[in-house]
Amino acid sequence: MTDIWGKLVTDQALILAFVAVGAIMYAAVLLSRGLTRGRIHASAIAILGALVLAWLGGELTGGKKGLADVSGFGGLLLLGGAMLRDFAIVATAFEVDVGEARKAGWAGAIALALGTVVPFALGVGIAWCFGYRDAVSLTTLGAGTVTYIVGPVTGAALGASSPVIALSIATGVFKAVLVMTATPFVARFIGLNNPRSAMLFGGLMGTVSGVSGGLAATDERLVPYGALTATFHTGIGCLVCPSLLFLAVRALV
Amino acid sequence: MPIFGTALLALCTVLGVALGEALGVALHVKANVGGVGLAMLLLLAARHWLAQRGRLTPGLRLGVEFWAFLYIPIVVAMAAQQNVRAALSGGPMVLLAGGLAVATCFALVALLGRMTRGHD
Repeated sequence: MTDIWGKLVTDQALILAFVAVGAIMYAAVLLSRGLTRGRIHASAIAILGALVLAWLGGELTGGKKGLADVSGFGGLLLLGGAMLRDFAIVATAFEVDVGEARKAGWAGAIALALGTVVPFALGVGIAWCFGYRDAVSLTTLGAGTVTYIVGPVTGAALGASSPVIALSIATGVFKAVLVMTATPFVARFIGLNNPRSAMLFGGLMGTVSGVSGGLAATDERLVPYGALTATFHTGIGCLVCPSLLFLAVRALV
Repeated sequence: MPIFGTALLALCTVLGVALGEALGVALHVKANVGGVGLAMLLLLAARHWLAQRGRLTPGLRLGVEFWAFLYIPIVVAMAAQQNVRAALSGGPMVLLAGGLAVATCFALVALLGRMTRGHD
């Protein structure tokens, strides 16, 4: 019995992941219909449920990859990894209305700039309140508030200490998790119901995983518009955080 | 044939990501600059080109759209592998910085959305 299971786990990892995700989606559809009469989107429940399972997986195994560290769920790493995620995001562009995307042009660029500088400044300010005084740590922690990739890239470029880099990653991951879970609930209040606001949302929130997850849980049709701007966010963050913004922080402290 | 659609999607993705990497190298950044966005623009251009020539067959569409339909399950798989435990155990600074940044950006979405509505 254990031999067969062991063989399945190693040889059929991706196939087992399809089964696992299918089961999560099915449970989410039942919950959405039964408990909320369809008011909360099944995708939102599925993403939330997956995050809870990821937390559970971390508690059970002490690993860093959530549910994927639990035996039999390793295939989630491939199915939910950056390669297939980006492939599927590009596929959603097939239905993009080019006219709608053009309308958001300038506003999208402004959103991208604000989406980098504002979280960075907040992150630096809060790190200062928690007693950090050197420009390298402050910049790294501020960069982590932009996205969880910008944080460690900036920290590595500036030579920040390992605990500071870990904290900057944790901040970025928490931000992504928060965007995924909170977006469907605040969408109504911030006017997130059209392609133009989805592009602003993508530029301001930045984190591709947060934006794609949050929009998927809100309204699938908005995903490609948000992804279109969000995809530039990490690159811009990695460009300005260790350079321009670091110099600004150093001048201030 | 659906495989032509999937192959087209793959070609656009690879070219876009390669362009994003090249842009990163040119700008001296250790990251991909807009690779996915560039890939999306390439796919849109390819769709337009095929549609003009009447080559946008249902089979080809299926090969692309299947992957668009798999998008949500892929995001669920992505969510299931996040290091949620670390994100929650990072202490008050992590929760405060992340929470404040997200709340402020939500407010900015509403603000920018209203400010730019008149320019449509």
